[in-house]
Amino acid sequence: MRKLIETSDAVAQAAMLCRPLVIPMYPITPQTHIVEKLASLISDGNLDAEMIHTESEHSAMSAAIGASAAGVRVFTATASQGLALMHEVLFIASGMRFPIVMAVANRSLSAPINIWNDQQDSIAERDSGWIQFYVETAQEAMDTTIMAYKIAENKDVLLPVMICIDGFTLSHVFEPVDIPEQKAIDRFLPKYEPGDKLDVKNPKSFGPIAFPDTFAGFRKMQDEAMGRSIDIIKNVNSEFKKAFSRSYGDGLVENYMIEDAEYAIVAMGSACGTARAVIDEMRKKGKKYGMIRIKCMRPFPREEIISAAKPLKGIAVLDRNIGLGAGGALFTEIKAILPEKNVNDIILGLGGKDITIEDIKKSFEIAEKENSSTQWLL
Amino acid sequence: MIMGLPEEEYFASGHRACAGCGAAIILRHALKAAGPNTIVVSATGCMEVVSSPYPETAWKLPWLHVAFENAAAAASGIDAALKKMGKRDSVNILVIGGDGGTFDIGLQALSGAAERGNKLTYLCYDNEAYMNTGIQRSGATPKYASTTTTPYGLKIHGKTQFPKNMPFIMASHGCYVATANISEFMDFQAKMKKSFSKPGVSYIQILSPCPPGWKSQTDQAVKISQLAFSSRVTPLYEIEDGRIKISKEPVKPVPVSEYLKTQQRFSQMSAEERAEIQKFVDSEWGKISGLAKSGLKIF
Repeated sequence: MRKLIETSDAVAQAAMLCRPLVIPMYPITPQTHIVEKLASLISDGNLDAEMIHTESEHSAMSAAIGASAAGVRVFTATASQGLALMHEVLFIASGMRFPIVMAVANRSLSAPINIWNDQQDSIAERDSGWIQFYVETAQEAMDTTIMAYKIAENKDVLLPVMICIDGFTLSHVFEPVDIPEQKAIDRFLPKYEPGDKLDVKNPKSFGPIAFPDTFAGFRKMQDEAMGRSIDIIKNVNSEFKKAFSRSYGDGLVENYMIEDAEYAIVAMGSACGTARAVIDEMRKKGKKYGMIRIKCMRPFPREEIISAAKPLKGIAVLDRNIGLGAGGALFTEIKAILPEKNVNDIILGLGGKDITIEDIKKSFEIAEKENSSTQWLL
Repeated sequence: MIMGLPEEEYFASGHRACAGCGAAIILRHALKAAGPNTIVVSATGCMEVVSSPYPETAWKLPWLHVAFENAAAAASGIDAALKKMGKRDSVNILVIGGDGGTFDIGLQALSGAAERGNKLTYLCYDNEAYMNTGIQRSGATPKYASTTTTPYGLKIHGKTQFPKNMPFIMASHGCYVATANISEFMDFQAKMKKSFSKPGVSYIQILSPCPPGWKSQTDQAVKISQLAFSSRVTPLYEIEDGRIKISKEPVKPVPVSEYLKTQQRFSQMSAEERAEIQKFVDSEWGKISGLAKSGLKIF
């Protein structure tokens, strides 16, 4: 069914279709309409889940861990300061290998306090052991939420997944969305069967203390699971395409007009839609422009990016975040895998500043004229 | 069964608790009262550290540790999951935290769980400081106690505040609340068992002698607990349906100094300071016993 809905609504409906049994949440700091929509779906009897109205995001993620340990599918959502408050427990969720799925409506971090869009909040959590997807449209937000469970719950992965949605710019925007049928989702995503769980008939200990002789081994296992998830993400993306006739690049990276491109931008999230329009316009004027859209920030799709970037003469990385003292986070990672290339860092779109057509054009100009520069578009 | 308690041990011996640890005795009896159909959640702290050095575990019940301040929140998640799986009535949830994880950093999560009415028993073993990390002051540390962050010095004499009244804070949430003592372990057992039949959060607080932290003898945990009871430093009571009920009174009350002298953390206190503590204990007892006698619904 195709409907004009808000992206937050699309995420909530996607979560509902995945049949989570527990939804711990905290509504502020600042939230979106995602949990409000889920609350009304529960209240109207459309979703049979228990909502836990926690007193903070720290407790929301802690309750998500408890519910996941008890063996049920869990969903939650947060943003900004709330995600920062969860920081400690994000590492515990991934370290204990609980396949929790969470939507993050990307917003800036204080100070100064500012509730608007940038990606600083989730970028700051890129080492937390969560798979991170950055989506471009409402449809992709919905589809990625569904795919996220299939990826997270794969026994070769068992890692939590964050679906990052640009706050306001995407979370509050209405777009036409194809909503899958429940039956089709049930076929695509089978009932959750946890491996280990808290069970009085088979008691196990979760969350022990690891001394220096074993700690690094656990970290390595997590890193290996991240590595394995590369192929699993690709497979789930292909399976989704078979079932629903939609997919997003190879599931990790989505390229636009890259085959014969000379200059490209590398970007994440909703600004990629604007970039497509700029590329279309400039192609008509003879410019060989293209885009590498990073859908998956963790695991970082190194090989896929290196291969797409091969023919490029210049690159502009759009960073909707700033690693203060080191440049944008996406830039530092792209430069690390493309050391010989002309890679420019464009810091823009912070704290709710729109990324305009002019900004994207300017970024392409920088890629053509400059050499490995850092530029702020204020 | 011996005196209504299972012979089976659910907290295995071989754990790494210190010699003479009060909390190890507490856990042994708490788990016996809870029985095999129990999921345990531990806050970070002494008992979590000593019981789970990977790949060993002392827990013969399903056990979860997440972090320091969020045991009650994690347990709320288990409560919700059990409910949705249709298993809520057959399984107990027992949350265990020290005083630091309960009075201080975990208070918000515990308050949230109590307000929501998540069904669980929260057992606070109160050793009156952050013992696991080297005896630092907590909101439960008694006035004038010497800790590594409130040393009894020439100018400042140990901790300068009285402890928080945590049972009353929990009673204000409408919870079933009880205090317990390892020298009265049948009373402790009865309160634990009762808590599992209560709706929402139940809160049980029990004094937990700590030989390294209190600088007390390793064979004196039960004796010191008994003195805490008979000197009325830790009165035994329940708060049920908002009313306080004294569980047991000492037959022959002893002066607080009898309790203080068993622990070197109090050894530098002056006579005036001891008298001040006696006055505080008398006043607290007056308040609790007075409220109990009144029969009024206080909370």
